[in-house]
Amino acid sequence: MRDFSYIAATTIPEAVALLDEKGENARILAGGTDLIVQVREARRDVDWMIDIKSIPEVNVLDYNADTGLVLGAAVECYKIYADDAICDAYPGLIDATTIIGGTAIQGRAGVGGNLCNASPAADGIPPLIVLNATCVIAGPNGERELRVEQFCTAPGQTALEKGEMLVSMKIPAPASNSSSYYLRFIPRNEMDIAVVGAGASVTLDDAKQTIVSARIALAAVAPTPLFAEEASALLAGREVSDEAIDAAAQAAQAIARPISDMRGTAEQRTHLVGVLTRRALNGAIQRVRDAA
Amino acid sequence: MARRSHVQTTLNGETVEFLCEPRQSLLEVLRDELHLTGAKEGCNNGNCGACSVILDGRLVNSCLVLGVETEGKSVETIEGLAEPDKLHPIQDAFLENAALQCGICTPGFIMSAKALLDQNPNPTEHEVRYWLAGNLCRCTGYDKIVRAVLDAAAAK
Ligand code: FES
Ligand code: FES
Repeated sequence: MRDFSYIAATTIPEAVALLDEKGENARILAGGTDLIVQVREARRDVDWMIDIKSIPEVNVLDYNADTGLVLGAAVECYKIYADDAICDAYPGLIDATTIIGGTAIQGRAGVGGNLCNASPAADGIPPLIVLNATCVIAGPNGERELRVEQFCTAPGQTALEKGEMLVSMKIPAPASNSSSYYLRFIPRNEMDIAVVGAGASVTLDDAKQTIVSARIALAAVAPTPLFAEEASALLAGREVSDEAIDAAAQAAQAIARPISDMRGTAEQRTHLVGVLTRRALNGAIQRVRDAA
Repeated sequence: MARRSHVQTTLNGETVEFLCEPRQSLLEVLRDELHLTGAKEGCNNGNCGACSVILDGRLVNSCLVLGVETEGKSVETIEGLAEPDKLHPIQDAFLENAALQCGICTPGFIMSAKALLDQNPNPTEHEVRYWLAGNLCRCTGYDKIVRAVLDAAAAK
């Protein structure tokens, strides 16, 4: 592997100062399940790896039914799905964290790293989008916040500026009568990269018949994970029905800009967006209705 | 070349110290510096699980951990499982079930199974298969491995 230096930062200012000073060839190391492979395969030039796992703020996993979830950037997947309250509140996030890699990957990889790696096919990002997550970013000029759907800018590229790092993601507390769902299409049962992924969150009225609001997000059909804004808006105020869900699925298909590659053709992917969007919406609705 | 770092870690219950370059993975450190060749290199990219070890109680792919990251941590490898005159029950179950052929994948499967049984002593077949999805075997067809893990759980 390429030669590089390793520093375990213990505070955010220390990590930010290092990132700022070392510039482009410095990279944050959290779970390392993408980064170490990329450096080994010479897909990223890294001279400095700045390990953030000793920084308290990036390890926060704090759920409160009133204020929501603070999910530190380095929190590993297994910790997220081991927390019963988080499983109840954000099932769509759990759908993703349990299918990112296998057990050994989930012991190291986190949703924050999944976000910063900025793969178009990242399973962790659509759930963050549909759950209205905000990124907390630290940099040389202090802290700023950014909506998660604006974080990825191109494959492997993010909105992080020189010297900036992701500290955590904030997810609002779930509204009553709401739930979320994420699924992907892969040709195998486990351990694969999404051909297409779709996430949905819905809030229903008290009778659980009418959609108050919904959010839909897609993976692997554009250079970045997509928030299907128009498709989501179509559902607000609509009674739960196949027609409403079909209309949203078609609107989601309309924004998909997939490529053809070894995992699937553009045509198949566009078809899958329709199927998976329907399933994600119906899955989220069913979860609301199944809840006591 | 980046300076070699001095690392102190607990390996199979004993304190060890080693020098390594930042770019050396835990797998390379185990095999090349500490001469523990139980963990195997299959893919070197997190797909095959042949390099599985337990780091601070969690199953990880040692090819995806840097050696320097293990400072102050605890690492368990296949070498720490058997007692001098007695195999670990999972090892016994693998032999009894003929759950290995070439053996390359076996240390990884056994460490993965140990991590599972440590936290879930009575897994269902489905849970075993799901947990082991990150370990690949090109010889056995998996069924005997799954039986071995279920037998090891029952034997406890
Ligand atoms: S060698 Fe580590 S997962 Fe294959
Ligand atoms: S026994 Fe040969 S790869 Fe599993």
